[in-house]
Amino acid sequence: MAVDPPPARTVTLDNSLTTPPGQPEPLPSEQDEGAAGDRRLLEDLRKGNETAFTELVDRYGPSMLRVARLYVRSHSVAEEVVQETWLKVLQALDGFEGRSSLRTWIFVILGNCARRRGERESRSVSFTALGGGDEPSVSADRFFPAGHPRWGGMWTTLVDGWEQIPDERLLTGEAREQIRAAVEALPSNYATVFTLRDVEGWDGAEVAALLGISAENQRVLLHRARNRIRAALEEYFERSDR
Amino acid sequence: MTESAFTCQQLVELVTEYLDGGLEPQERLAFERHVAICPPCRGYLAQLRKLKRTAGGLREEDLPPQLRDGLLQMFHDWKGSAPKK
Repeated sequence: MAVDPPPARTVTLDNSLTTPPGQPEPLPSEQDEGAAGDRRLLEDLRKGNETAFTELVDRYGPSMLRVARLYVRSHSVAEEVVQETWLKVLQALDGFEGRSSLRTWIFVILGNCARRRGERESRSVSFTALGGGDEPSVSADRFFPAGHPRWGGMWTTLVDGWEQIPDERLLTGEAREQIRAAVEALPSNYATVFTLRDVEGWDGAEVAALLGISAENQRVLLHRARNRIRAALEEYFERSDR
Repeated sequence: MTESAFTCQQLVELVTEYLDGGLEPQERLAFERHVAICPPCRGYLAQLRKLKRTAGGLREEDLPPQLRDGLLQMFHDWKGSAPKK
């Protein structure tokens, strides 16, 4: 019997499927070692305690550098951004009221510094603009056309291969370089959301707040980023002999 | 109501929302039903899951030592100049 295919790429569900309210329970957040730890560090820092500073630098510094590089893409400028950020953090310590987590606060300052530098390098990124229009997650030619009498919107091929490769292999050598290159090739806003969410393990709400975008846009950016990387890996593993 | 509430092409657009726990319970159920009977979508979901899981392994580097030293130096300068509580 012919299936009546909905138009391709709409994700609206059959109304009979949607239920009244009731939010799905949020996944456990991987973030935040705790506000108490933040407070202790802050107090120590305000007293000029070097151990507290080193602890913070070691905890957030590498992530800050990675995020800064997404805006400026030159390692030395990214380092300057990180340095400028820490100086601002120290200077503004007394003004921090703890309304956000210490980490979010530091990264907002980082974002401001990095954007300013990025603007000077004409690499400014608007996070509110999604860009890319209606970008499909998977190239449309991987599916039967919507009008196909039987298989409209269904995959034309199997999707398999690299998901079975052990994590360790994916994270070493050439495969690792492929992932890195795929992230580098992303538009900056995609790369930033991917880096914060999947590499750094932040949760969606925190990333949205940091970048000043809606939760929905944050998710769209993440989804597109993941899909571009997925496609790049698929291509790579098809090329190489598995 | 058939078991295919959406096509594969529609399902792939929902995966991040699914992984974020953002789907309504009924959507979630329909999503999982689809995946249960659709090997390519299962492969696709497995790939995004794997990417999400392994991406954390990309972040092992430490700060370059000269940057770290520079930051500590900056801290000392700040400490020397700022009034303490």
